[in-house]
Amino acid sequence: MKPVSTITSPGVPLLIDNIDTDTIIPSREMRSTGRTGLADGLFAPWRYTDADKRINDPSFVLNQRDAIGTRLLLGGANFGCGSSREHAVWALAEFGIEAIIAPSFAPIFKSNCLRNGLLPVELPEEVVRELQWAMVTIDLPTQTVSASGKTWHFALDAEAKAMLLEGLDAIDLTLKHREAIAAWTEADRAARPWVYLEKRA
Amino acid sequence: MGRTLFDKIWDTHRVAEATAGVALIAIDRIFLHERTGAAALKSMAAAGRPVHDPARVFAVMDHIVDTRIGRDDQTLMPGGQAFITETREAALAAGITLFDVTDRDQGIVHVISPEQGIVLPGVTLVAPDSHTCTQGAFGALAWGIGSSEAEHAMATGVLRLVRPGTMRVTFTGATQQGVTAKDMALALISRHGAGGGAGHVVEFAGEAVRGLDMEGRMTLCNMATEFSAMTGIIAPDAATYAYLAGRPYAPASFDAPHWSGLASDPGARFDREIEIEGSTLAPMISWGTSPEQAIPVDARIPQGPPRVHEYIGLEAGQFIAGTPIDAAFIGSCTNSRLSDLRRAAALLKGKRIAPSIRKALVVPGSMAVKRAAEAEGLDQTFIAAGFEWRNSGCSLCFYAGGEGFEPGSRTISSTNRNFEGRQGPGIRTHIASPEVVAASALAGAIADPRKVIAA
Ligand code: SF4
Repeated sequence: MKPVSTITSPGVPLLIDNIDTDTIIPSREMRSTGRTGLADGLFAPWRYTDADKRINDPSFVLNQRDAIGTRLLLGGANFGCGSSREHAVWALAEFGIEAIIAPSFAPIFKSNCLRNGLLPVELPEEVVRELQWAMVTIDLPTQTVSASGKTWHFALDAEAKAMLLEGLDAIDLTLKHREAIAAWTEADRAARPWVYLEKRA
Repeated sequence: MGRTLFDKIWDTHRVAEATAGVALIAIDRIFLHERTGAAALKSMAAAGRPVHDPARVFAVMDHIVDTRIGRDDQTLMPGGQAFITETREAALAAGITLFDVTDRDQGIVHVISPEQGIVLPGVTLVAPDSHTCTQGAFGALAWGIGSSEAEHAMATGVLRLVRPGTMRVTFTGATQQGVTAKDMALALISRHGAGGGAGHVVEFAGEAVRGLDMEGRMTLCNMATEFSAMTGIIAPDAATYAYLAGRPYAPASFDAPHWSGLASDPGARFDREIEIEGSTLAPMISWGTSPEQAIPVDARIPQGPPRVHEYIGLEAGQFIAGTPIDAAFIGSCTNSRLSDLRRAAALLKGKRIAPSIRKALVVPGSMAVKRAAEAEGLDQTFIAAGFEWRNSGCSLCFYAGGEGFEPGSRTISSTNRNFEGRQGPGIRTHIASPEVVAASALAGAIADPRKVIAA
């Protein structure tokens, strides 16, 4: 995972509450079992007047001139709700989005962001509104967002921050606890034998 | 101080503290399905990481597989076959258990896991599927994760978790006739918002919850993700044990002291409490494009965001009942079990759906549900009423690019998501109980099942 530190970009607003992952990447745009080839399908229902022919809808914010090349999306409350599909995050990242600022995120989506180096920043709705089209700088080490001479602090748990900053792989980190996991399993097997299944033929 | 059901499962599964505030939580059961399963398994294989304990990992073909009778690996969804064959190959290579396309126990992941006795009280269970919360009905901590987290769980046997908050939603009193678990879920979400449960594990409690059978409890927990909760959970009781007894993967003898000790202690404190008076509930239906935009079926549509009214094509102030519909769907991990089909069939028996309905489907949640329904003749009732009768799978709960409803259709659906485009581009979805779907299909317009006299 690529380390994340500072992101500067115009804040492109998509200030709609409850944007779901079916809208971010519809099922029919997930055409292979891989994690790539998704950017074209990002927001397909809103981005195109004809998704099959890929005819842009000029009224959709990501098609506007000032949004081209943006790294930052501003969203509404409960951003990324619905299906757990990690493809939503893969599509956003492939499109070039590196951070999303929203009043709140749906939990699975937020965790998917953190596992893929996409920074989810939670700030109150009135702040998000203030950031529309401003040149915004997100500084992860200090956990601050600044724009138009103002600065706001955002919360992020320490582990998520460290993993983003250092681009660490969660599985590698966890495997350092291999012995603790083995010891726990042995004790648990004695305490809850009914949990443990044998592989059937 | 007393502990909640969640606290007990968390404490039992806490392996170590990874870093400050992050615990390693052991994962007892992992499910995959063909839409995301091959991706996760292939990515692990590419990284040279084996599955830590294949006996606790299961894969299911449900999302992309066709539901037409006589189906095989071919799908109406363009390119769908690759999801099936690649998942099969990856599952075989990883040594995990697969419920394949033609398996007699095939079905929707959250329907077959309980049917097989794979979910059990007190276990942790995850799947890269948001409706994994369904299985919390058994007193398990079961929740949806992303693909990377699924790889993590398979590779290590644990997940790294920040402890969530706890919430108790108590449905007091008994509900009225015709009010189901689906209506309880929609009432909760409409009153407290689609983000209302964020950051919390929601324990459902109270007389109206205790009164639900296991299938109703699954329906209620199924919608916890629509409330943005990490998951829903219900304390196991005699109904839970009776359901699980004799299931293929359930233990031969029940560890009753362990299981009966799981319920929240009387003095347990929850971070948040919500109470809903069960007797005030009515059959619900969604009017908009979020599950929070739901109202009693006899109510008027409220004012919502203009874009929602525009998409759904309904004005504020009008009654939702009487809105003409084009299609009806009974299925999904929310409402496709035997009791759901029985209740819908009871309303349809001896009747025909309105001629204006262009597509009507019943898709049983599993092949076992299908066989049981056929043994009771429910299939004949549905077919005589004008419904198609299918093999099991997710089907038109979501649109994968193959089979769909006619463009612009207004559908009434026993599913869980009424998002824009969820059932196809431009499709206007109304979610409701199987009773409301059946009554509306008969009327050709959204209808209150309490006004249909069962034959
Ligand atoms: S039935 Fe629908 S909600 Fe349930 S698992 Fe399948 S696609 Fe998801």
